[in-house]
Amino acid sequence: MKEYQPRYRGTHTVYVFVESPEVTPQDLSLRAYEAAPDLMIKETCFGLQITGEPARVAAVVKTLRALDPAHIFVKDRGFPPGDVRRCRANLGGARPGFFGHEFELSLIRFISHGLEALPHREGGESALDALERRKKKPLDPDRLKALFEAEEPSHG
Amino acid sequence: MAKVFIYPTTSLILSDLVSRFGHEPLGSALGIRERIQTAGFDSPPLQVTPEEPKKGLRWAAVEVPSGVRGRMAFIGPQIEEAEAAIIINDADLAFGCMGCARTNELVMFLLRHRRIPVLDLTYPKSEEEGEIFVAAIREFLEKLPKGGKAE
Repeated sequence: MKEYQPRYRGTHTVYVFVESPEVTPQDLSLRAYEAAPDLMIKETCFGLQITGEPARVAAVVKTLRALDPAHIFVKDRGFPPGDVRRCRANLGGARPGFFGHEFELSLIRFISHGLEALPHREGGESALDALERRKKKPLDPDRLKALFEAEEPSHG
Repeated sequence: MAKVFIYPTTSLILSDLVSRFGHEPLGSALGIRERIQTAGFDSPPLQVTPEEPKKGLRWAAVEVPSGVRGRMAFIGPQIEEAEAAIIINDADLAFGCMGCARTNELVMFLLRHRRIPVLDLTYPKSEEEGEIFVAAIREFLEKLPKGGKAE
């Protein structure tokens, strides 16, 4: 066994995903560099990865989110960018975890719509009630019994 | 700010919405970050050492595969810490080997067993469902202590 000394100890890394018709990852990265030139910022195809002191990262995330709140999504990441244990440059193929993000990004337009619709729902029907109503109800035992005992008209 | 356990633990959508509405999402990234940033013996890729399955014994019996116990060393403390949970029930992305599948079943059981507020959802498949999905999460989170408004 060999000794392990972590890099970037005490830092936080976050993913910033952008799925917007108006903001590109390049716009985001420029804005992030303006807001915090001392943080480690990596532009990717889906958005950015930002690494640095937790409070500074949170402040930059807040600034970036304000650009297009309904189309920018943020998530914590365990590894720093470019880590040899996770980076696809070293492993070949997609990064582990990519497929989950790919799947959720295919649904993200519905979430963006939901976020944009939130102000219009104020004072309307409770979403939790609407959710409950949409759930499939199990078959009532009395109804099942009635089905068993129903007499079919004979066709003979 | 309440600590909200999210399932799937790697979910981008849940992680974003929980933090957006003013709470702290508990997901796998936090457990991995803690291990990646702790010095010790080199144990790639996730710095999961032989000690982890021993820690997992708190939530799973000794005859349960070490894969489940190792995962529980990450997830178990977060379930104990959580004040609420949001579960997406049709998350195929959370399924992997049998270690993942059995861990998922155990996670569901432990969440129900703790009797904390749990919101059950499925992924939205239309704009209308997306609207209800987001609004339901906001309503659920607003009922928790120190709920926030959308940024």
